[in-house]
This record gives sequence, C-alpha cells and structure tokens, in this order.
Amino acid sequence: METLTVEPQRRTAPRRRPPSKRGRAARRNLSAYGFLCAALFCFAMFAWWPIVKEVLLSFQSTNLVDPPTWVGLDNFRTVVHDPAFGQAWRNTLVFTLLALVCGYIIPFAVAIVLNELRHARAYLRFVVYLPVMLPPIVAVLLFRWFYDPGPGLFNQILDFVGLPTLSWLDSTSTALISLVIVSTWMNLGSGVLIYLAALQNIPGDLYEAAELDGAGIFKRIWHVTIPQTRLILLLMLMLQIVATMQVFIEPYMLTGGGPENATVTVAYLMYQYAFVYGGNYGAGSALGLMLMVALLAVAAVQLRLTREEK
Amino acid sequence: MVNTTARPDAAEQTPGEKTTVRRTGRTTSRRRGAWAEGHTRTIVSPLELKSRWGRKIYWTLLVFVLLVFTLVFVFPLYWMVTGAMKSGEEIAQMPPTLFPKHPDFGVFADAWKLFDIGTLLKNTLYYAVGAWLFALAVDVCAAYALSKLRPMFGNIILAGMFATLMIPPIVVMIPAYITVTDVPIFGWHLLNSPWAIWFPVAANGFNIFLLKRFFDSIPNELLEAAEIDGVPPWRILVSIILPISRPILGVVSIFTVVAIFKDFVWPLLVLPDSEKMTISVGLSQTAGAVTQNQIMAGLVIASIPMIIVFFFFQRSIMAGLTAGSLKG
Repeated sequence: METLTVEPQRRTAPRRRPPSKRGRAARRNLSAYGFLCAALFCFAMFAWWPIVKEVLLSFQSTNLVDPPTWVGLDNFRTVVHDPAFGQAWRNTLVFTLLALVCGYIIPFAVAIVLNELRHARAYLRFVVYLPVMLPPIVAVLLFRWFYDPGPGLFNQILDFVGLPTLSWLDSTSTALISLVIVSTWMNLGSGVLIYLAALQNIPGDLYEAAELDGAGIFKRIWHVTIPQTRLILLLMLMLQIVATMQVFIEPYMLTGGGPENATVTVAYLMYQYAFVYGGNYGAGSALGLMLMVALLAVAAVQLRLTREEK
Repeated sequence: MVNTTARPDAAEQTPGEKTTVRRTGRTTSRRRGAWAEGHTRTIVSPLELKSRWGRKIYWTLLVFVLLVFTLVFVFPLYWMVTGAMKSGEEIAQMPPTLFPKHPDFGVFADAWKLFDIGTLLKNTLYYAVGAWLFALAVDVCAAYALSKLRPMFGNIILAGMFATLMIPPIVVMIPAYITVTDVPIFGWHLLNSPWAIWFPVAANGFNIFLLKRFFDSIPNELLEAAEIDGVPPWRILVSIILPISRPILGVVSIFTVVAIFKDFVWPLLVLPDSEKMTISVGLSQTAGAVTQNQIMAGLVIASIPMIIVFFFFQRSIMAGLTAGSLKG
C-alpha cells in the first residue's frame, strides 16, 4: 500500500462557486480549530502548563494556600545539600545501567532466539507479554512475597539447590538488584515483541548472501541482524533510559527507599519532598527540573544519533 | 513500506516465496506447517536446520526455551493462585508445598470483602470507560483536524504534542498535582473527581501520533468528492473516516483502558479518598493489614480483567506495540 503524500497547499483547480479563496481558508481554519479545541485545552492544562509550572515552582516557595514567594536558588540548595541527593542519583544511575543490561540486551537476545523457532511461537509470545498486562502492583506485591527471607520462594529454591540464602530487600547490597529483577520481569515482554517485529522485517536474502560468503551464525547476527535493526535499537535504548529514570512503585511498595537509602530513586525522593515531608513542593520541583533536563539531554543525544544514522 | 508486523505470522502465508535452497527429492516433513519452505528465512538456513545436528540442536533449544519461559513467566502466576488457596500455616511452611493440601476458595470472598474490591473494581471500570470515551473523542477530532483540515500553525501544535512524549508524566508529577487542585483560569478543584484522570489521559501525544499517522494514509480523493458536494467536515469524519479507521481505534481504545488499570502514581495522588480509589491503589493501601493468602487472592482478582482483555485483544495489542516502535 502506498501512502499519498499530502501537499500542504490546497489544489488550485477552479471549483464550482468558489466563495473567494480567503473566505474558504478562514472557514477551514475555523472548523479545524473547532475540532482541535478540546485537545488543546487538555494539552495546555495538563501537559504543557505543568512543564512551565515546574520551572516556576523550582524558584518559589509555596504551601498551596498563600500566594507563592520567590526564593531564588534556595530550593536547589536544599536539594543538593540533602544527604539523600547524591545517593538518589547514584541509585537511579545504577538502576538504569542494570536495567539496561537486563531490560535491553536480554530482550534482544530472547527475540533473536524466538525468531529462529518454528514451533509454539504464539504461546511464547503470549507468555512473555503476560506480566506486562498485569497491573504493576500485582507484580510488586507478588515479588515482595517471593523475597521474604523466611518462607519466600526464592530463598526456598536457593536452599533446595544447596546455595546460601540471601536477605534480598533487607540488605544494602542486594536491595537495588532485587528491585531491578522485579522491573525486568514486568517489562521484558514489550521489548521482546518490539524487537521481534523488527527482526521479522529483515529480508531473508541478506542472510543468504552472508551465508554464501561463509559467515557463521554469530557473524550473521553481527553483520546482518544488528545493522538492520540499529534504528529500533537506538530508539529502545532511549525509551528504556526514560522508563527506568522514573522508577517509583518499586521503592514505594517494596523498600520505602531503605535500607539506609540504598533504594531511594530520584522520582521517589521527589514524591517524598512533596507528599511525605509536609509539602515541600519547591524542593520537589527543583529535583524534578533536574531530572527533566537530564532526560532531555538523553533525548537530544538520541535524536542526533538517529539523524546521523539516516 | 509494507507493514507485515501487524499480523505476526503473515510470514507463513507466502508459499510462493521459495528460498533458493533446492528441495532434495525426499520430503521427510510430516509437520508441513512448521517446516514449510515458505517460512521467511531467518539467521539459520533451512538447510542447516535439516542437518542431523541442526535438528538435534533445534529441538533441544526449543524444549529449553519452553521450559525457561514457563518457569519464569507462568510459574509465578501459578504460585500466586495456589498461594491464595493455602491456609495460613501452609503458606508459612518450609519447604513450601507445590499444591495446596486443602484448596480453600473462601479466601477469594474474604479478600473481596476486606479489600472492598467491589468498590475498587467499579471505580476503575468507571474511570476506564470514561477515559476511553473522552480520550477517543478528543484525540480523534484533534488528529482529524491536524491530518485532513490542516489549519494554520498545525505543525507547531503537532510538535508541541509530540514534545510531551519526551517528558514522562512522573517528572512533572508535582506541578501536575498542583494544577489539578486548582485548574488555572477556571479555578476547578478536581481532587477525587474522575476528571482528574480523564483530562490528562486525553492529553496523550502517543494517541495523536497513532491516529494522525493512520488518517494521513487515507487518500484525499476519498474525501474530495464529499467536500465538493458541501458535506460538512464532521459528517466526513463520522461517515467516511471512522468506518475505515476501526483497527486503529481498537488499538487506541485498548491502550487507554489498559493504561488506566495499570497506572499507579497518578491515581495515588489525585484520588486519596478510599471510596474513589482505583484497584491498584486500593490494594496497595490495604495490603499491610491482611494476611499473605488474602493479599494473593486480591492480586488474583485484580489480574483477571487484564488477562481477559489480553486474551481477546492480543492481536490489536501486538499491532499497537509494533506500530508505535516504527517511529524512527
């Protein structure tokens, strides 16, 4: 199916009874904005305005009752001097890196294997996407039970195999990794299916040519599969980073940021400022602004890379 | 570009697409469907698969993948269901039992009462249906205007809508919350009101992107005849465009409903009243006060609607996923 490109200018062929061009254009614009007005309202109030408001709030102090006062960089000072600040960024970064290894490389490998299989494909696709459909709260509470140091499933399995048991969520060394495992289990499916779709678009004769040139299986993956899916890989890299930067429900439900701030993430710290420690909206917004700038930087890098690809 | 990704197994319907590997006379294939040459060629060539070693490795790999997938993705859910039916002693027992000794179905009724799941499900369903109707109406109109009516500044508006995709909602959680407590200009207070869910859901750049892309692919010739006859734009939308757009409307609908069921942070903030909570938030608030098997029972009940949706709309969901990923 070929898509027709739509030229921006209207066709200039003379029509019957044209009520003057300008009048028609005005009518068109009027009806177009009629269709747009509801969406513009929703976007303006609940998507665009909050972004502006975040910047404003970062430099203000407000309690939602009295009019806000300008406080310059005070909020940023509060945030930076908080002992949890460095820890939160470190955790978010570590979480993102771990989640990239688990949530970016593994799905790609899984998709390559699935694409080779000729049987049970429907079943495997269904099963891998099942956790994605569950509300995250289900996954999180289920794993909380698995992580239980006593009768929890994971320690029971370790015990059964004869390995030493772990204290999962209760130790500073394993708490963060435990959260990454939950996240990966929840979100692996969408990555796998997206890669699978990309792999199915690779023309088979490329592999054939590689085979005739004597490339083995790993060489074929390296020289055909990866270059052919590079754009999707780039896009998914960014989506993954953006997704893990906003980790919230895992620390909120599983650890409350503990033990000893080992699992405090930036998003969770933001929530705490605004909704736990007596409504410090300014500090929370300042932190949110930093996160927003970080994400926009990631997006800008990704756009540059995509442009160069093309 | 031909988009076969919407039908994941489209690859298997082209028997004419023979690979250049010549068939040796004897065909040993009793399972013609799976081994047919029509299967699009992937990394490993059919010839390599048919060698003695190739077959051995293939079957070992298949069994291994099936086992691992079932263990990793299905077994936890099995553990959840059986865990709900175990008694308090049995659930704390070490080593754990694989099957509950005396499956107790009463626990589901207990969980229903303790979590007040009736109210929670009713709320969530109400939010989901409302969000679905509202978001679809708003976004379809906007995408139609941007795609076919092409007003002045349309491209700027579109860029502004896509820009929101770069900024995840949680980053602006605080200002968004403040906006909901006091909507600028109008001064509405939307806490505990369903509109706190519905307005932001409609401001979804991804929906606009999907719908607009589909409308762009509808040839203008289809609409021009009606335009010349002086049919108003809304009639064109309702009687020409919507009937052909059924697949994409399905995708957007499902994604909207699923998003409402899955969302956690936003309803946690804007629906603090326990009578107004969604199922996810409600479960999280009560989980500390009930026993382990009751929690599991609650989770099972909360999972059922989504699993049913997935079962029936699998195809649309997969199509939507892949359509979204081809942005690049």
